Amino acid sequence: MTPTWVQLGYLAAAVLFILSLKGLSSPKSARMGTLLGAAGALLATVILFFSGIELDNLIVILVAVIAGTAIGLVAARRVKMTAMPQLVALFNGAGGGAAALVALVEFLEYGSTKGTLFLIATVLTVLIGGVSASGSVVTYLKLQEIMTTRPVVLPAGRFITIGIAVLTVAAAVWVIVSPSTLGVTGLLVLSLIFGILFVLPVGGADVPIVISLLNAFTGLSVAASGYVLSNVLLIIAGTLVGASGTLLTREMAKAMGRPLTSTLFGAFSGTTQGGGGTGEDRPVRSAGPNDVAIMLGYANKVILVPGYGLAVAQAQSTLREVADLLTARGIDVDYAIHPVAGRMPGHMNVLLAEASVPYEQLKEMEEINPDFSATDVVLVVGANDVVNPAARSDKSAPIYGMPILDVDNAQQVVFLKRSMRPGFAGIENELLYDPKTTLLFGDAKDSLTKVVTSLKAL
Amino acid sequence: MDGVALLTIFVLSIFVGFEVVSKVSTILHTPLMSGANAIHGIVLIGGITVTGAADSPAEIIIGVVAILLGAINLVGGFAVTDRMLEMFKSKAKVKDEGAL
Repeated sequence: MTPTWVQLGYLAAAVLFILSLKGLSSPKSARMGTLLGAAGALLATVILFFSGIELDNLIVILVAVIAGTAIGLVAARRVKMTAMPQLVALFNGAGGGAAALVALVEFLEYGSTKGTLFLIATVLTVLIGGVSASGSVVTYLKLQEIMTTRPVVLPAGRFITIGIAVLTVAAAVWVIVSPSTLGVTGLLVLSLIFGILFVLPVGGADVPIVISLLNAFTGLSVAASGYVLSNVLLIIAGTLVGASGTLLTREMAKAMGRPLTSTLFGAFSGTTQGGGGTGEDRPVRSAGPNDVAIMLGYANKVILVPGYGLAVAQAQSTLREVADLLTARGIDVDYAIHPVAGRMPGHMNVLLAEASVPYEQLKEMEEINPDFSATDVVLVVGANDVVNPAARSDKSAPIYGMPILDVDNAQQVVFLKRSMRPGFAGIENELLYDPKTTLLFGDAKDSLTKVVTSLKAL
Repeated sequence: MDGVALLTIFVLSIFVGFEVVSKVSTILHTPLMSGANAIHGIVLIGGITVTGAADSPAEIIIGVVAILLGAINLVGGFAVTDRMLEMFKSKAKVKDEGAL
């Protein structure tokens, strides 16, 4: 029986976790929220060591805790802010894997002696944790662009996925009915394979939604591991994340105009892909930095559309310089922020905040969309999918239905692009070929620096 | 604790989870996800619990890997969330100073 003071300590930790999520929901209290969550975690861990539980392998336990802490800290400190979404994905996979392994060890120790409920909880932990672990690794590979960001469709992939799903469920039932080490290990392996098959067919634009979903999965897996260990804190913390993660996933899907089901069941329907790269050789109008500077410098109203390419080139402060120069010339300048600009909702706000862009100039999509028709020049820096009119018109495009920034309503559109390569979703953008569009090719930072020089000379 | 009591806690936690994040703004989606991600790293205490009671070498090895992964999730998760939010804070500070 767990001592009362330990249970009260866990209760305090659970309250801290709830306050942490609450705090993270509002900009003012977000940082305090992180602190409260970390305090809850520290409290729970310290209490555990003094709770009088059996601690046989104390040295290796401490070494593992310290090593994991060091790896986590270094990774979190060193990562570039642009690569942050995939690091979060990896951390999530680690959590899912940990939960699955915890249930595995507990099963090896107690086997069938704890009854059916214990077995059901074990099976759920291993299954959900395994899917989350391997699925998260695939999302990491996609975001890091180690593997293609386009949907991967295996020949007969749909049948393989369904086959593995059936086998996984069969293994789960087998373990509950007749518990064996072989059964549990097999279930873990099948879950890992299923996780990979689940994420492979997801197209680039849907990856953030899947990360959020897998985050909720890991939460549920941790909650189930709480059942396995009869640990109330794990149940509460895991369920909190499972529930809030599900809601967050829905919000993200809504912001991107993606029906959640098409993302989720892409694995079963074969593909989430559509559209396609056509018209490689069609003419586009390109211009030099000087022309772009003149267009911008003599406009009355300019809207800047920053995208992931801007962040990759680390050109946020150069863009701010352009904005400052234009403002000094009496030009009305705003930044249009698409909900999923960057790689995830809110990612671009973080990146621009880093370059100390004034908060008042950042306009969200609903707010700025009516303004485009009264805008002389829109400068799109390293963005593509979020301004692609195919989202409105082309039913076969994978981004169809996603709300976009209506930059095509402006008088002129300038794209700063590295090349004609399609965006993260892997589809062609018709707007690039529009007569009112001008392209300035090159690295976003180089191009913007040249535009700054030309603007100063105007 | 019996199964029904645990189930009660589970169900109530679902509602709390929905409730606390119901009014989040788009700007905070990424930090909130990252923070929630860190919280499930508390599975670390599960790893410590099972490894403390483990007998066979296999159990100990698997348990140690679980602890390692859990600690990475927990500590790394909070650290990266804090780094994201650092930027929001410095901006607010600049604004305050500007007002003065």
